Amino acid sequence: MSPETSSTGSQLVKRGLADMLRGGVIMDVVNPEQAKIAEDAGAVAVMALERVPSDIRRDGGVARMSDPQMIQEIQATVTIPVMAKARIGHFAEAQILQALNVDYIDESEVLTPADEENHIDKWAFTVPFVCGATNLGEALRRIGEGACLIRSKGEAGTGNVVEAVRHLRTINAQMRRLQSADSSELFALAKDLGAPLPLVREVAETGHLPVPMFCAGGISTPADASLVLQLGAEAVFVGSGIFKSEDPTRMAHAIVEATTHFRDADVVAKVSTGLGAAMRGAETATLEQRLAERGW
Amino acid sequence: MRVGVLALQGDVREHSATLRALGAEPVALRRGEHLEGLSGVILPGGESTAIAHLLATSGLREPLAKEIESGLPVFGTCAGLILLSRQVLDGRADQWSYAALDVAVRRNGYGRQVASFETTLDVEGLGEVPGVFIRAPKIESWGESVEVLADHDHGDGAFPVLVRQGSVWGCAFHPELTSDTRVHELFVSSLADR
Repeated sequence: MSPETSSTGSQLVKRGLADMLRGGVIMDVVNPEQAKIAEDAGAVAVMALERVPSDIRRDGGVARMSDPQMIQEIQATVTIPVMAKARIGHFAEAQILQALNVDYIDESEVLTPADEENHIDKWAFTVPFVCGATNLGEALRRIGEGACLIRSKGEAGTGNVVEAVRHLRTINAQMRRLQSADSSELFALAKDLGAPLPLVREVAETGHLPVPMFCAGGISTPADASLVLQLGAEAVFVGSGIFKSEDPTRMAHAIVEATTHFRDADVVAKVSTGLGAAMRGAETATLEQRLAERGW
Repeated sequence: MRVGVLALQGDVREHSATLRALGAEPVALRRGEHLEGLSGVILPGGESTAIAHLLATSGLREPLAKEIESGLPVFGTCAGLILLSRQVLDGRADQWSYAALDVAVRRNGYGRQVASFETTLDVEGLGEVPGVFIRAPKIESWGESVEVLADHDHGDGAFPVLVRQGSVWGCAFHPELTSDTRVHELFVSSLADR
């Protein structure tokens, strides 16, 4: 079979990588040393970024795509997939990340949005995209734009899982509502969700998103990971939760174990024991900026 | 027939669904005791470093090694192929494998994600089968006792993508991601005698 008869960038291969990450932990890392710790602990991928969300929150200012040099250093350090973030709507940053050969682009609300109306046309890329969502309409709009993986947004950089739970429960409840609707109700439901009708029909029929659904934003303990997986997330993104904890290496190992054995409370109890302090965290009500409100 | 699917990480669900479609009963394999009464085991796609790590921490590494040594049929796809290979190139310095299949594989030998591809393969005895390659490992060398059931030329010569050595099977692509169940059927039908 000659190479001319093979094709890259199809939905199947883009989604396929997300399928391979299921049941795993994707860790935010800011340098090659952290990337190595993540890989050693059993992470399925790393997210290369200059500052973890809690530092972005603390420092303020405009948060942008990372320096390509730091992404390349991390690519050279680990054998697992390397993801990187582009600003919402910043397709030029995404083009750069694709040129750098990153394995997944996160069009992320953690960075400062570059376009207040439009997200990136993700169909135009060979590299797959993950996008955040707080509800089903938002998830299906992103999938309509070509996202191959959805993560519930949660509230990044807080160490507080409450928003992640809210978003997962919202998406699940809205999917159940579609499943119980009759075919003539789906038009109005699609309008209310602001979501493409064919995708609404697909969810009504299958009961799940057309792409894998992971969870992000506020996961900072093994118990948090177990919680969101039991709520239907298929994998977890952990940002500040690992490298802002007292003992990042142990925390990384523990969250990986808890993700694999999320229904086995004995295992989760064992890995939670004597872990040291989790990241300090923040009460959502005290936040000046809600990152989850970026994007629509 | 009960077939174990290593369920530590990866696309376990797709393999399980394919087995069910073929009338076999998939068993989620997470601990040593789950090995009881299995006719065969599938090692799914996923991240080989993560799965290797979790095999060690779950205590499953040694019991599974013993079963494979004593002839329990096993089929590895992508990451699963890496785990079965005699030699892993471009892996982590401490990457271990079961060395049950006399092949040397290069991790991500077909490139990173943007190079991931779909093609049509010609599988011995089956004809055309869809081949989905995702950050796929490349079988760069293989021993004489390894039977090549399909190969693929990605512009640098033909390399095996589906191989068998006795009761150990490996493939570089993901038959579980398509609705074509025939590759799994080859493996499952070989279990019938056990």
